Amino acid sequence: MTKDECKQVVLDIIADIAPDEDLSNVKPDVRLRDQLQLDSMDFLDIVMELRKRYNIEVPEAEYIQLASLDSSAEYLTPKFNALAAGKG
Amino acid sequence: MNSSRIVITGVGLTAPNGNSLAEFRKNLLNGVAGIERMEIRYMGPQLAGVCHFDPLKYQKKKEVRVGTRAGSISIYCAREALADSGVDFATLPKDRIGIYIGCTEHGNVSTENEIYNISKFNYDTKYWSHYHNPRTVANNPAGETSLNLGATGPAYTIGAACAAGNMGLIHATQMLRLGEVDFAICGGVSESIHTFGIFAGFKSQNALATHEEPHKASRPFDKARNGIVISEGGALYTLERLDDAQARGAKIYAEIAGYHVNSDASDYVLPNPVRQAECVRAALSRARLQPGDIHIVNTHATATPMGDIQECEAIRAVFGEGCPDTYINNTKSYIGHCMGAAGALELAGNLPSFDDLIVHPTINVDELDPQCALPGLVLNQPRKVAKVEAILNNSFGMLGINSALIVKRFVA
Repeated sequence: MTKDECKQVVLDIIADIAPDEDLSNVKPDVRLRDQLQLDSMDFLDIVMELRKRYNIEVPEAEYIQLASLDSSAEYLTPKFNALAAGKG
Repeated sequence: MNSSRIVITGVGLTAPNGNSLAEFRKNLLNGVAGIERMEIRYMGPQLAGVCHFDPLKYQKKKEVRVGTRAGSISIYCAREALADSGVDFATLPKDRIGIYIGCTEHGNVSTENEIYNISKFNYDTKYWSHYHNPRTVANNPAGETSLNLGATGPAYTIGAACAAGNMGLIHATQMLRLGEVDFAICGGVSESIHTFGIFAGFKSQNALATHEEPHKASRPFDKARNGIVISEGGALYTLERLDDAQARGAKIYAEIAGYHVNSDASDYVLPNPVRQAECVRAALSRARLQPGDIHIVNTHATATPMGDIQECEAIRAVFGEGCPDTYINNTKSYIGHCMGAAGALELAGNLPSFDDLIVHPTINVDELDPQCALPGLVLNQPRKVAKVEAILNNSFGMLGINSALIVKRFVA
């Protein structure tokens, strides 16, 4: 999985949990909370959906890695690739 | 002294056969029921009263996703009632608004959904939703309404089984009289059709209605009645002290005349006609009315074989044969049993009688059960009457809670 594909995975989850938001122009380097109406429960939703859909665990201490699309891709892409390689 | 006189100034509702008072009333007068078959988890298609309002009229998609069905029903009804009341909501002190919503039950819908959800993950509880607790707390429907409205006064639910709809109005009346709030949004809601447990529970009790034709399934007082049709719904009212309502030139639907709440203290599920009659008599006494002063008795009857007979016994004990101007009807025959919303919805369906002097009938009575043959029963066709000055609304619930609410025509 490329980092761009990983960003799309996160955006697809956000589209489901924040259906009123316009996601056409999300800036990858800006904190998601600074550009979208997302609260702490929504971030728990992102964590839950990563778990349900992809079997990816994000420990509480690492939630901060999901702050922006760029940081999410940096953090999650190796996890996706590890899973794909059967190391997850 | 008008501060102790409490009046109804707005109505918002969603019923299985209407999403406004006008639509609901039209269907009650035209004999239009609202029962359909609905797929129920683990059970297959069941008869149910389903509401078809648009939640997105007053909520964002995310609010609907995060919240509960009872929350959506409450918000829809509250917003509709506020609009109907004509109050300038922006100028109302938000900390002086009370929200009092009756519920039969709350929380089992979300709990069942979460158990079903984790069943897909080998019952691993790490897949249990973080929304479970805010969705299942008993105050959820009122709390969601306060969030949606930005109302910061007391907002809570009143658990009173199927007597809860009346209880919302009764509690609001008390709080307004005490001066605890200056404006109340009150009534009852139910999301019950979204839990299989209530269907399975009534079925195990042999109290779930069956019928080939859904609209004919709910048939209180009919000899062939065979149980309850479970429904969702909501009706919320705006209540104000008379002087406040008059000061803003509000339209007044009716005045709260009297009420009473008591308990059977005799059985988990079987109603007690002696206590029901006591409840009605006490409400009459508080309203300073005689039985013959009541022109419409809206019954609670749910179409269980025994429950209907018990209520008829209570009504017979209070009204006897000597009340020629008292007419008796039932609204569940159209919409099934809306549980916590039942009392509030059924009152709403009868309020227009003050204006049109028509008593909506009890439908689906093909053969009247002789044990339910009360004088004044309005069967199958609406009845034009000479006067409607006071309406008694009965609502009774499991564990033996009884509520009787009397509203009267407003006379300045």
